[in-house]
Amino acid sequence: MKFSEEFETRFAEMVPHYPTKRSALVPTLLYAQDEIGFLSDEVIAELAGRLDLTELEVRNVISYYSMLTTKPRGKFNVQVCTNISCLVRGGEEILQHCAKKLGVGHKGTTPDGLFTLEEVECIGACSWAPAAQVNYDFHENLTAEKMDKVLDEYRQKVSH
Amino acid sequence: MATLVSHPDEVKVVSRRFGQGATNIDRYLELDGYKAVQKALAMEPDAIVNEVKNSGLRGRGGAGFSTGMKWSFVPKQSAKPKYVLCNGDESEPGTCKDRLIFEQDPHSVIEGVMIGGLAVGARSGYIYVRGEYRYLSIIMQKAIRDAYAKGFLGKNIFGSGRDFDVYWHGGAGAYEVGEESALMESLEGKRGIPRIRPPFPAVVGLWGGPTVINNAETLASVPHIILGSAEWFAKLGAPKNGGTRLFCLSGNVAKPGVYELPMGYNLKKMIYEVGGGIPNGRRLKAVVPGGASCPCLTADEIDVNMDFDSVAKAGSMLGSGGVVVIDDAQCIVKFALRTMKFYQHESCGWCIPCREGTDWLKKTLLRVHSGGGVKKDIDNMQYLAENMLGRTFCPLGDAAAMPTIAFVKKFRREFEDHLEGRPCPYEKADVAEEVMA
Ligand SMILES: Cc1cc2nc3c(=O)[nH]c(=O)nc-3n(C[C@H](O)[C@H](O)[C@H](O)COP(=O)(O)O)c2cc1C
Ligand code: SF4
Ligand code: FES
Repeated sequence: MKFSEEFETRFAEMVPHYPTKRSALVPTLLYAQDEIGFLSDEVIAELAGRLDLTELEVRNVISYYSMLTTKPRGKFNVQVCTNISCLVRGGEEILQHCAKKLGVGHKGTTPDGLFTLEEVECIGACSWAPAAQVNYDFHENLTAEKMDKVLDEYRQKVSH
Repeated sequence: MATLVSHPDEVKVVSRRFGQGATNIDRYLELDGYKAVQKALAMEPDAIVNEVKNSGLRGRGGAGFSTGMKWSFVPKQSAKPKYVLCNGDESEPGTCKDRLIFEQDPHSVIEGVMIGGLAVGARSGYIYVRGEYRYLSIIMQKAIRDAYAKGFLGKNIFGSGRDFDVYWHGGAGAYEVGEESALMESLEGKRGIPRIRPPFPAVVGLWGGPTVINNAETLASVPHIILGSAEWFAKLGAPKNGGTRLFCLSGNVAKPGVYELPMGYNLKKMIYEVGGGIPNGRRLKAVVPGGASCPCLTADEIDVNMDFDSVAKAGSMLGSGGVVVIDDAQCIVKFALRTMKFYQHESCGWCIPCREGTDWLKKTLLRVHSGGGVKKDIDNMQYLAENMLGRTFCPLGDAAAMPTIAFVKKFRREFEDHLEGRPCPYEKADVAEEVMA
């Protein structure tokens, strides 16, 4: 199992910050997932070994956190917030628009593997609602047209 | 980058350095940065605690507990190391202020953690940032590195002979982890299941050591109190509610945004003057004054001063500062359903009244909203929610029940309007039911 140098530096730096090794688990899982795309059996075994945990203990933690996934996802994870501040400003319409445009529902991935669509809870962009995150990038004050542009931009990122 | 707004009524304390490049440590120093912690280093720990107590600073995370009082509960002697834990999990729907603090003024949080540490005798602190805020984690990690590079953190800080470490920690998506004891579990690398109390974190917290847990905005306020004085800070606000607050104005207002206003600022004024009123010729229907868990106020109930005690007197809570404005084009049943869907999703499942109660309420609200409800459903929801109150392991159960009770009580007519096959009178034609399923 090989991670990037950046991951290894971060991991080596982080572990001594805590009195117990396993304390580094949650952020480490997220960084590993960002690199590999999802938390594969191999990643789980590797991190369990490094943090002196059983694989079951690691899986138990993974299943609790909504950002962590053991299944592959599209390259771009389109997370549309429909929580209250977004709801009253058209968040659901944005979600529906994405669903129509991408042809997938909640947690569905497009056949080309580019996009996964997800309806998410509040992402802390309430005053700039409706809002979505694509991977970690915020897109705010959305309209259907603006959302189209956002998706097109991501699509173009891969074709170049 | 989030968009900054301003209004003449604002009193900028915590947001003083917003938009001024204060993520850069040299710029932060030009703007009086790290002066407060140096002042605190020359103070007795008790004097720091008293100063914060006298400032009337109350927790900005939701419950509004006196910060100085909380710090005074930490035992002076402890066999285990003590810690300061900054809660930057910010996930209460309607709340987007800690994000701005991390983005615009990360060093103020570091400084607040340090001063908290000096006050309680801790020598390290953790800043927990929610996983979705990746760009803020990058900003925060850089700020910490820069502070170490200047010798402000680590060994012998500011030549005082004292040591202090600050670390960043990241989450991975879970509202419940914002609850203080679940936050500690998460930091220890576990599922965010709350801990039983007592013992309280101030006595037995992170890895068994006494731990002070404060919201990011609370901690960012502390350096200003130390530099500006308790008296000055207290006077900015209302009686027993010192200082200012970052109010996150959202929903159906003309000028949504995060505004820093004095504690006790009038809600009506906030909506109509600061927020520019209700756009599109609509009228106000209701306001959720402090994040999703706070009971709504109707349009007739908004002449209320936004401090912890006044909002409590009005039957709601100041909560996390998220003011969600709802106009008369919105359906309250739908709003209640979306709120419950959130709590059902976020319930950690540890205790039955919350796990089952939120699920049951969500299903009932869904049925009522889609026109399949019967009259008895309305009373059942109220009965069920009332019976969740105070019967759950952590306050998430209350947070789910309280808004439901208020929606049903204050907008019963709207619930009745949905019964027996009647379609939602507010439903926008192109948004199908499936979205909520
Ligand atoms: C379900 C739940 C979620 C919470 N989420 C947060 C949060 O995201 N951020 C926060 O600061 N406090 C949150 N709190 C409140 C914390 O438990 C705690 O009271 C707070 O961080 C203390 O800081 P303060 O005294 O500075 O407000 C939450 C509480 C509950 C019950
Ligand atoms: S009230 Fe809900 S979130 Fe809190 S412990 Fe019980 S099930 Fe978990
Ligand atoms: S409710 Fe959508 S970002 Fe907060």
